[in-house]
Amino acid sequence: MNFGFSEEQDTIRETLARLLGDHATLAVAHDRLDTAKGFDAPTWAALAEGGWLGLAIAEDVGGSDMGAVELAILAEEIGRSLAAVPFAPVLGIAVPAIESMGTKSQRETYLPQIASGQTIIAAAFAEDGGLGPEKSTATVAQDRLTGRKTPVTFGAEADQALVIAKDHDGTARLYLADLCAPGVTIRALDCIDRTRPAVEILFDNTPVELLPGSDPMAIRRLVDGAAVLAAFEQIGLAERILSLTTAYAGERQAFGRQIGSFQAVKHRLADMFAKIELARSNAFFGVWALASGDNRLPEAAAVARLSALDAVQFTTEESIQLHGGIGFTWAADPHLFLRRGWQLKAELGPAAIWRERLFENIADAPRAAS
Amino acid sequence: MDFSDSPEEAAFRATARDWLDANASLRDGSEKTQDHFMARDADDVARAQDWQARKAGAGWAGLTWPSAFGGRDATPIEQVIWNQEEGRFAVPPNVFLIGIGLVGPTVMTHGTEAQKAAVLPRALTGEDIWCQLFSEPAAGSDLAGIRTRARRDGDDWVISGQKVWTSGAHYSSHGILLARTDPKVPKHKGMTMFLVEMSDPAIETRPIRQISGGASFNEVFIDNLRVPDSARLGGESEGWKVALTTLMNERFSISVGRASGGARAEELIALAARVERNGRPAIEDGDVRARIADFIARQRGLEFTSYRVMTSLSRGEAPGEEGSIGKLLLGKLRQEMGAFGMELAGTAAGISSKAGDDVARWRNEYLTAPGNRIAGGSDEIQRTIIGERILGLPPEIRVDKTVPFSEL
Ligand SMILES: Cc1cc2nc3c(=O)[nH]c(=O)nc-3n(C[C@H](O)[C@H](O)[C@H](O)COP(=O)(O)OP(=O)(O)OC[C@H]3O[C@@H](n4cnc5c(N)ncnc54)[C@H](O)[C@@H]3O)c2cc1C
Repeated sequence: MNFGFSEEQDTIRETLARLLGDHATLAVAHDRLDTAKGFDAPTWAALAEGGWLGLAIAEDVGGSDMGAVELAILAEEIGRSLAAVPFAPVLGIAVPAIESMGTKSQRETYLPQIASGQTIIAAAFAEDGGLGPEKSTATVAQDRLTGRKTPVTFGAEADQALVIAKDHDGTARLYLADLCAPGVTIRALDCIDRTRPAVEILFDNTPVELLPGSDPMAIRRLVDGAAVLAAFEQIGLAERILSLTTAYAGERQAFGRQIGSFQAVKHRLADMFAKIELARSNAFFGVWALASGDNRLPEAAAVARLSALDAVQFTTEESIQLHGGIGFTWAADPHLFLRRGWQLKAELGPAAIWRERLFENIADAPRAAS
Repeated sequence: MDFSDSPEEAAFRATARDWLDANASLRDGSEKTQDHFMARDADDVARAQDWQARKAGAGWAGLTWPSAFGGRDATPIEQVIWNQEEGRFAVPPNVFLIGIGLVGPTVMTHGTEAQKAAVLPRALTGEDIWCQLFSEPAAGSDLAGIRTRARRDGDDWVISGQKVWTSGAHYSSHGILLARTDPKVPKHKGMTMFLVEMSDPAIETRPIRQISGGASFNEVFIDNLRVPDSARLGGESEGWKVALTTLMNERFSISVGRASGGARAEELIALAARVERNGRPAIEDGDVRARIADFIARQRGLEFTSYRVMTSLSRGEAPGEEGSIGKLLLGKLRQEMGAFGMELAGTAAGISSKAGDDVARWRNEYLTAPGNRIAGGSDEIQRTIIGERILGLPPEIRVDKTVPFSEL
């Protein structure tokens, strides 16, 4: 067992941190929020240029074929930087879906375009009623898709959408839809983090192509993998706001002392740290299960997701509190993290869904088997 | 103990209800929620002043104020009854909480006869709107660390400095301002309180946008503001004592006024009945039921705590530290209810879509609640007050209380 990173992996992290630090600063994040700008194209382009978008894409289709751990490092650094880029749908969902369920020609068409940053594929999984394959009410008949998906993150900027829909037998499958195709209507949603906007997409008899390897089991595994990677993005976010808040507590004076010298403040920061470390341990188990194809991925993903959600909500809410009046202002940093945290929660669903999923996996399944 | 109205209270309620019926219309659910931290526009303020003037004319403003000052000599319990009744009607936002809840009682306690005559009637009718110029960039929890300086100049005072987080300064006509008049003595000893006019060109007010998007508070720059000595409230160097009266009334009015304000936990029941969770109506989900039940228990507890405080006040006891309990618990409760409401409104937590109005409503609750945890003395400060002044624990070790301010 090895719960740490290799030297090469540490180097990757440093390189990424530098690249993102150059492009996606907090000043940029504030400006994007003020002006309601979504997709951060320059940062995405810089990631493409550095070869990072091809990280988990096979070499024969334009990538560098590194593993899930490297992908997790990228997720974490993106979370830390608050970069408004579609890591989660494109690298967390579309790439593994096309790689493992697509045809040879789909692989050869889409993966090089993703690696070069030319194509963005959004994940149109959720419907208001839920997220998983069994919740899908969208349907495909004769290669034409009809249904309504919401929220779809970066749906307005994406070229294609990867959609969960039921085929003629009512089995959930994955389809690729060109978002410029006829019968596609995109409606903006009022998002808590408008720098990572999501939209509602209506498909009306829209032509689609099937990913032939997709079935409900495979889709569920895909969502689990995405949840593990999202947990790293969440952990990066939580760690950054913890470090900003810790620094503030070391500077800000009240009653002739630094506020960080008050136990009430110190203990709150320590609680944030403990929650983040717990989430990190669970996320490590998750990424290991993802990389090794372990059959405990469902429970690993659920625990990673649950503790990452908890860590993010606690650190972001309490960072506002520990900043005092300034923390309640638009111009200060904490609410950027709070908003992004909620948006990340929205994308793969709140804790209630994952608690249920965890319970099904560790309690209900063994009971049913025995 | 009796949780129902006494005959006198019932009579008061009936009179209040009659007047409200004749003068306002019942809420129909389409109103904006009342929120202390919501931005107010000029129209809101004008409507509020009009409503306040009508209330004052009929004797419904400043209920608990003594009749000598234009009040109704009502008991605090009657104030609660009025709040309950008025809360059922679609009335404009209340921008007079600082004037009536904080400044009025402070002027009654520390003001000269001339000040009482100048301040109290106009605060009551809503002609004057007051703001509280206490906090500064380097002095919030540690309010006694203020640096805004007031210097004697003949019979006048000249004030310069900066205030911040001043709620409502942008629409206020007057402010109660704490300034340092003697830096050579320890920090609590060298302060003096003033009553100032916000329209003076020496005062510049700039709204600050808050995380919920609106701008209800401001930074206020004061550059050589000249006021006569008659603007001084309380003795020279007695500003801290005066400020404590204001702060005590602030905690009290926040916990009492707000216990009945904000979103009701019961609204979550209606939401849970409209949405699904794990494929079933959310209202059938055990976790949803448990959470909402807990919220209701906490909200009721807060409400009844405020009534207990009212009862002791009705017996003539001064507002004590109990106000800290309501102040401490309210913000966190609102924050948790807001988060829960956003999650309940869909997998699209925090994103407006089908249940758009619900999400927006609970999101606003969630993004304004953090202000309740900070304003009027943060949660952490309230805990210290409870620990030290109610439970009698030894005080925090202080390094700054005995040293002259100028040497800190
Ligand atoms: C919405 C809103 C409206 C406001 N309206 C007004 C107004 O109208 N007029 C006015 O004068 N002020 C107003 N304020 C200011 C408010 O009173 C201060 O923000 C508050 O007292 C906290 O001070 P601070 O912002 O300087 O934070 P700080 O004092 O710097 O506190 C930062 C953090 O340190 C913690 N902390 C500080 N000291 C201690 C300690 N001894 N022990 C443990 N923890 C500690 C605090 O709890 C907080 O979490 C308002 C604030 C808000 C948010």
